[in-house]
Amino acid sequence: MATQVFKIADTFRKDVKYTFCPGCDHGVAVRLVAEVLEELGLKEKAIVAAAIGCSVTIYDFLNIDALESPHGRAMAEATGIKRARPDKFVFTYQGDGDFASIGLAESMHAALRGEKISAICINNTTYGMTGGQLGPTTMVGQVTTTSPTGRNLEYYGYPIKVAEHIALCDGTAFSARVSLDTVANIRKAKQAIKKAFEVQLKGLGFGFVEILSSCPTNWKMTPEQAHDRVRNEMMQVFKPGIYKDITEKSGK
Amino acid sequence: MAVECLTGKKVLIKGNYAIAQAAVNAGCECYFGYPITPQSEIGEFMSGKMQELGRAYVSAESELAAINMVLGACSTGVKAMSSSSSCAVALMQEALSYATADELPVVLVSVMRGGPGLGNIYPSQGDYNQSTKGGGNGDYKLIVLAPSTVQECADLTYKAFYLAHKYKNPTVLLADGLLGQMMEPVEFKPYPYPEIDNSSWALTGAKGRDGRIIRSYAPLADRQCEFLEKLYDKYKKIEENETEWEELNAEDADVVLVSFGSTSRNVNSAAKLLRQKGLKVGTFRPITLFPFPNNRLAELSKSVKKFVVVEVNMGQMVNDVKLAVNGRVPVELINKGVGTPPSPEEIAAKVEELM
Repeated sequence: MATQVFKIADTFRKDVKYTFCPGCDHGVAVRLVAEVLEELGLKEKAIVAAAIGCSVTIYDFLNIDALESPHGRAMAEATGIKRARPDKFVFTYQGDGDFASIGLAESMHAALRGEKISAICINNTTYGMTGGQLGPTTMVGQVTTTSPTGRNLEYYGYPIKVAEHIALCDGTAFSARVSLDTVANIRKAKQAIKKAFEVQLKGLGFGFVEILSSCPTNWKMTPEQAHDRVRNEMMQVFKPGIYKDITEKSGK
Repeated sequence: MAVECLTGKKVLIKGNYAIAQAAVNAGCECYFGYPITPQSEIGEFMSGKMQELGRAYVSAESELAAINMVLGACSTGVKAMSSSSSCAVALMQEALSYATADELPVVLVSVMRGGPGLGNIYPSQGDYNQSTKGGGNGDYKLIVLAPSTVQECADLTYKAFYLAHKYKNPTVLLADGLLGQMMEPVEFKPYPYPEIDNSSWALTGAKGRDGRIIRSYAPLADRQCEFLEKLYDKYKKIEENETEWEELNAEDADVVLVSFGSTSRNVNSAAKLLRQKGLKVGTFRPITLFPFPNNRLAELSKSVKKFVVVEVNMGQMVNDVKLAVNGRVPVELINKGVGTPPSPEEIAAKVEELM
C-alpha cells in the first residue's frame, strides 16, 4: 500500500512554479516557512511583509495575505500591521541586504521595541537579484562585482553578524542562525523558524532566524560547490546556533 | 466605538492640537511619528490620547519608518496617520509613491517650515510642489488639502481620512508653522463622513479565501501601462468630484488674488482694503491643491483682467495658475521666501502697483 511521505503544505499557492535559480536555498527556506505556517495553523491569520530582492517573490508562493514593502522597510510595514491588528500573525521574509543594510535601523528598533513580529533573514553574502554585489554580509576576501579583488577590510570594512546583533536587543525573545546545507540542518532550521513564530504567538517578543543560504548563480558555482562553500566558509564565520531564547531561561 | 472628544463645544485651541483631536475623533486607530518642529505637538498629544483609548502610537526610529508603519497599518484597512514637516516629509516621499501604487489610504499631516535643507522653523509654503508634484518616483498624485484657519485644520483632517479611504489614495493635509502654532476658536463636529467598506481589499488574514497581495511590482510592461491608466482614471474622478475652492467677489473683479492656506487670511483683508478704495478686486483660494480648481480659474480668466498670486515661497502655485489660465490674461506674483505672510497693507500696496 502506498504511504504518503511528502506533502506540499496547504499554505502554498496551487500550480505555482518556483522562479528561484537552481540550487538556491530560497526554495527550501520558503517551503519551511510554508510548512511551519501550516503546522501552527496560521494560514488564516498570517500577514507577511515582503521585502525587496529575491525574497520579494515569497507572495507568489504562499497563499496568505501579503504586503510589499519598499527596500529595507519591511519591518516598519510589519510593525504597522501588527499594531493595527494585534490578533494577526505577522512576519517578514527579507534578504541580508534588506534586513541588515538598508533596513538595519528598522530591524534593530523593531527588536528593541520587542515587537511581536517574527523575521526571517536570508544571508547569502551578496545582493542576489541585482547580480552579486558586495553586501553587508559579504565575507572577508570574497570577490563580488563591486569587490573585484575581494573584500579587503582596509577598503570595505567588516561584514555584520546579524543573529548576534539581534540577540543583543532586549526586546528579542529568540534569535538563531541556521543553515540548509544538509538534511539534518534543514530540520534544525525548521525548528528554529517554529520557535521564532511561537514566541510571537506567546506574546514574548521579537523572533528572529538568520538562514545561511547558497547563491550558486552569483557565486559562479554549481549547487554542490555552493553548499560546500556554505559549510566550509560561511558556517566557520557565521556560526549556526541559538543566540538568544528567553523560553529556555523562563521555561515559558 | 467612535470617540468624540470636545464635540459640540467651542474651544480655543492650537492648530496642531486641533488636527490631532480631529484625527482621534475621525477614528484614527494608529499614529506613527518622529518629532520635528513646528508640528511636534501632534505627536505629543497622540502619545497620551492613543494609549488612553487603547489605540496604537509608536515613536518611530525615523520618518522613513514612521510613514512605512502607516502603510502597514493602512494595508489592514484601519485609519492610520503620521505627521511631519518639510525636510522630514522629504524623507517620506518614497513611501508615498509606494502608497499611491499600492492604493493605500495613508493620511499625512505636513506642517511646512522654511527650506530648502534644514532651513528654519518659520512658517512657509515652500512645500506646495513637494505635495502636489511629488518627490517620489513615477506618475502619481496625492490628494492635498490646504486649511487656512484652525477650524479648517480640524474639518479638513476629517475630510483627509474620508477621501483617503474613499479613493484608496494617500492624502496630505498641508498646513504650515503659522497654523500649527496659532490658537483660534474651534467647534469640533462629530466625524461627518460615512465609513468606507474596505472588506474587499484589506489584509486581514486569508480566512475562507485566497491570500491577497498588495503590491506595485509589475514585471510586465503591459500590466504596468494598464495599471497607470486605471490610476489616472481614478485621479480624473477625484478631479470631477472633489475639487474645492473658496472665492470672494471674483465674478465681477478686474483683478483676482489667488492664494492658499494661511496666506489667504491676509489676502482676504488686502482685497477688502482695495474694495474700500473702489478697486474691483476679488479673491480665490484653492482648498484642494490636488485636485486643483483649473476649470474654475479658466472660466474666471474670461472676465478677469489679471490674476495676482500671493504665496510664501519663491513662486510655486503661480505656475499652476498660469497653466489653468493658459495665457489668456497676465498672472503676476507677490511673494516672500519664508516667514509670516506679507501684511494686508503690503499686499494691497503691491497689488495697486500691478494694476
